[in-house]
Amino acid sequence: MSEWWTYRPSDFLLFSPRTYYRLFELYNADIWPLQIVTLLTGAAILVLVRSRKSCSGRVIAAMLAACWLWVAWAFHWQRYSTINWAASYFAVGFAIQALLLIWVGGVRDRFQFDSLKSARERIGIVIFVFALLVQPLAGLLVRRQWTQVEVFGVTPDPTVVATLGLLLAVSRVNWPAFVVPVLWCVLGGATLYVMGAADGFRQAILSALLR
Amino acid sequence: MTASRRTLLLSLAAQAASPLLISLSASAQPGPMLTRPIPSSGEALPVIGLGSWITFNVGNDRVARDNSAEVMRNFFAAGGRVIDSSPMYGSSQEAIGYGLNKLNKAPQPSVFAADKVWISSGARGPAQMETSRQHWNVPRFDLLQVHNLLAWQEHLPTLFAMKAAGGVRYVGITTSEGRRHREFEQIMASQPLDFVQVTYNVLDREVEQRILPLARERRIGVIVNRPFRQGDLIRSMARHALPAWATEIDCVNWAQFLLKFTVSHTAVTCAIPATSNVTHLRQNMGAAYGRLPDEAMRRRMIAYVERL
Repeated sequence: MSEWWTYRPSDFLLFSPRTYYRLFELYNADIWPLQIVTLLTGAAILVLVRSRKSCSGRVIAAMLAACWLWVAWAFHWQRYSTINWAASYFAVGFAIQALLLIWVGGVRDRFQFDSLKSARERIGIVIFVFALLVQPLAGLLVRRQWTQVEVFGVTPDPTVVATLGLLLAVSRVNWPAFVVPVLWCVLGGATLYVMGAADGFRQAILSALLR
Repeated sequence: MTASRRTLLLSLAAQAASPLLISLSASAQPGPMLTRPIPSSGEALPVIGLGSWITFNVGNDRVARDNSAEVMRNFFAAGGRVIDSSPMYGSSQEAIGYGLNKLNKAPQPSVFAADKVWISSGARGPAQMETSRQHWNVPRFDLLQVHNLLAWQEHLPTLFAMKAAGGVRYVGITTSEGRRHREFEQIMASQPLDFVQVTYNVLDREVEQRILPLARERRIGVIVNRPFRQGDLIRSMARHALPAWATEIDCVNWAQFLLKFTVSHTAVTCAIPATSNVTHLRQNMGAAYGRLPDEAMRRRMIAYVERL
């Protein structure tokens, strides 16, 4: 396809908002009660961050990587790809991020949360808590049904935002680990924006802040 | 904005309960259905078809697929034939195949199956077209088009060979929103095409200058996409009253007003508005009946819409 400059973002939107939100509704019904497990995983990550044990970083990295792999396979590869042919590429991107998290946090043990006193570290934790507890509810504020909520660990947006929060909260920031999440924020925000979704502001604001 | 499963089920139930209304609304239209001959064969096609961009891309959602089938049932009931899709449109082809199977239309000649090849590799074109055919579950496509001119130099020879072998009845090329018109014209002038597909509506009229006259000269059928600018025209028009003189061309809503403008150009074979809404489908199909605007009326329609 040539003349890319003549295309607008909306030209790449393949589905209606109704179809997109129904995707989450059907997915949530299919995987229930996994959402409870991933929310508890998120809570466990918070506990591990505060515990500062020597193995905490590695366990957090493994948990996060598992969430990214699950989203890559169960959401992007199996479901989202049915309405968006680009989702198979998203699945690969998410799998790469999972491997990167294992490398950075597991192999190199760089997920250390020593002080949590700097503004950056604290903002990171606030973002993580936002993704875990507030982001799923944000959809309800813009009249999405509760059956269509996006939950950390099983859907892309809150998983990405939570990961960005943790990456900000670690003592030594690993910038390469930001690449995929920030790209997803831009992409996910653009998708919601061209759909005219009222909750598109989340990803757009986050990606703008992190640039 | 979001329709729940319950809403969709209720909608389907209401639609299932109103077959009489559907047939009445179709038969109550003035006169016979408007058709245009395909220039290369003389075969008549209804002037209103059905697109599937976005509206039929519903994934594996059974409820939404049933809704798509219901749209198709109403389309056929109102005399429609041309359904257009593309491998670019996500799961739209599967939704059409699901609908055809459900309606038992697949082996019957009433559907005019129009699809596209959309892949940068010419060698992989036949496999993609075969996959598309399997999604539709039709014996063969009536029309195959090179989508947005992607690798047209490689695909067109394949399509012409398929046509010669009876694997497809008509061959075409597509573009949208005014892209690559110069190259489009060159292909129209040099290749034995049966169809072109372009964007044309009351506000996007660039094709009137060269492409539509060239189509007439070369005896190429014209399928029109985006007659409503993907719904934007309808949404903006809905804020204004339909002019009283619209009744002179048998229009009772904006959809019919806009579609009748598009299909009244003598070079146009049919328009393919897309919808997932049965009510909108019925409104669209109403444009295939009654009087069409003459040249003076067309100018009046343009002036009216441009003033809004």
